[in-house]
Amino acid sequence: MHPASSVIIFNTFSGLGFGLLFWLGLGAVVPTGMGAFIWFAIAYLLAVGGLIASTFHLGHPERAIKAFSQWKTSWLSREGVCAVFALVVMAIYGAGLVFAGTRLGFIGVIGGLASLGVVFTTAMIYTQMQTVPRWRHWTTPAMYLLLSISGGALLSGQIRTAAVLLILAGVVQIYAWGTGDTRFEAAGTTMGTATGLGHIGKVRAFEPPHTGTNYLMREFIHQVGRKHADQLRIITIGLAFILPVILLLFPFSHIFAILAVLSHIAGVLTLRWLFFAQAEHVVGLYYGKR
Amino acid sequence: MTQLPPPSTKKLGLVIDLDTCVGCHACVVSCKGWNTENYGAPLSDQQAYGANPSGTFLNRVHSYEVQPAQGEAQLIHFPKSCLHCEVAPCVTVCPTGASYKRAEDGIVLVNESDCIGCGLCAWACPYGARELDAEEGVMKKCTLCVDRIYNENLPQEDRQPACVRTCPAGARHFGDLGDAESSVSILVAERGGFDLMPEQGTKPVNKYLPPRPKDEMPEFDVLAPYLEPVASDGKGFVGWLDKALSSLPGGTE
Repeated sequence: MHPASSVIIFNTFSGLGFGLLFWLGLGAVVPTGMGAFIWFAIAYLLAVGGLIASTFHLGHPERAIKAFSQWKTSWLSREGVCAVFALVVMAIYGAGLVFAGTRLGFIGVIGGLASLGVVFTTAMIYTQMQTVPRWRHWTTPAMYLLLSISGGALLSGQIRTAAVLLILAGVVQIYAWGTGDTRFEAAGTTMGTATGLGHIGKVRAFEPPHTGTNYLMREFIHQVGRKHADQLRIITIGLAFILPVILLLFPFSHIFAILAVLSHIAGVLTLRWLFFAQAEHVVGLYYGKR
Repeated sequence: MTQLPPPSTKKLGLVIDLDTCVGCHACVVSCKGWNTENYGAPLSDQQAYGANPSGTFLNRVHSYEVQPAQGEAQLIHFPKSCLHCEVAPCVTVCPTGASYKRAEDGIVLVNESDCIGCGLCAWACPYGARELDAEEGVMKKCTLCVDRIYNENLPQEDRQPACVRTCPAGARHFGDLGDAESSVSILVAERGGFDLMPEQGTKPVNKYLPPRPKDEMPEFDVLAPYLEPVASDGKGFVGWLDKALSSLPGGTE
C-alpha cells in the first residue's frame, strides 16, 4: 500500500491526541484553570490536527460532511461520528476544568472511552480489509489502541504506566510483524485464483494492460521501501519503545521527558510508514507484483 | 445507502471468454470512448502525450503466460472490469452512501456528487475495478453501460455494454446471470465458467470461461468430410474422364 504522508500524520498524531484525551477524561491528570487549558489545547491540536491532515488525501474534502451518514456499515463513517462525539464531550469536560475548576467525572469517563473508540474505529478501517491480509488480524486494533494509550500516558507524564504500556506495545508490535509476514500466503489468494487459470499451470504476468503506471499501481503496489524493512523495524522498536523507556527510567527531568516524547513520535511515524509500505494488496497479483 | 440490498433475481453481468479473446484492447478503447463522454465525470488522462502517460480506465486487458507442468506455455489475454459482486465489499465501506448496488438489477454504481474521493472502496475491491480519477477526484468504475442497456434512443442491437458491442472476437457476452435459462447462464454452465478470487467471498456476477488447450489437435475436423478423395468407382462423364486420364502416360491410379 502507498504510504500517504497525510494518513501517516493523521494516524500518528490523532492517535496521540486521543490517547491524551483518554487519560484526561479518566482523571489520570486533573489540571484546572490555565493548566487545564494548556493540556486540552495540546490534546485537541494533536487530535484535530491529525483529523484535518487526513482530509488532505480526499478528492472532495468539501463534501466530508456526507461521511457521517453511513455509520451502519462503514467504519470510516463510524470513525467520523465517534470523533465528533468524543471531541464535543471532552470539550464539555475540559470547559468544566478550565472555567469552573470542577471535574465532571462521569462526562470525562464517557469522553475518554469515546476517544479510545475513535482509535478503535480507525483501526477497524484497516482491519476490515480482506484485500490486505496483513491488516486483517486482531493485532491491528490492539496496536492502534496500545500506541494511543501508551503515547497518551507518555504525554501526560505518567512515568510508570507509560513505561509498562510502551514495553507491552513493543512486544505486541514484534508479534504483529512476525505473524503478519506469512499472512498473505496463508490467505490463499494467488495469481492462480486471481486469474482462475491456476488449474492449468503456473501463471506469470506476461504483459501489463498499459506501458505506463496507473492509479491502482500507485495506490496498492509499493515495493521500493520494503527492501529496508528489517532496518526500519529495528529503528522503530528502538525509537518508539526502547529509548523512551530508558529515558523514563532516569530521574525525572523535562529535557528527558521531551526527548522521550520526540523519540516516541519519530518511532511511531516510522511504524506507521511500515504499516502501509509493508501491507500488500491482493490486486498487485494481477500485475505479477506484491 | 451503502447497505447491500437483498439479492436481486435479475443479475446483469458479463461473461468473458478467455478462449476467444485475442487481446486487441478494442473493448478498452470503446469503454473509454463511451464512458468519457456519458455517465458521470470524464475519464481523464494525465500527460497523455508526455513522458509518463497515465489515465483512468474502467476496463483493462492483462496478458498472462500459463506454464503447465508438461507441454507448452499458453498465452492468455485477460480483460478485467467490475464484476458487479453480489457481496460487494466496495459498497459497504463507503462512508457517504455514494457507492451503491442497485436492487433491481444488481449493477454497482457510484453517485459521483456524493463521492468524497477517499479511495476506501478501491482498497476494499480485490479486483482493481475502481480507479480514482486524478482530475475529478471522484471514484470511477464500470457502470455496465447502464446508459446504453436501457437506452430507448439507441437501436436494439446497441443496447448492450460498449465493450460487448465492439468485441470483434465475440469474447464478451452480456446478459442476466440470475436467469438460469438465459444465454449467458447456459454458456457458463456448458463451458464451466468460473469466479475470480472465490476465496474473497465477494460472489462476483461476472464469469470467465476457461481457455481451451491450444497445442493439441482435436480428434474431430469439420472440413474432413469435404476433403475426402473423389470416389474411384465414379460413373458417367467424370468416371470416364478419370479412367481416361489415368490410362495416359504419367497418369495415376
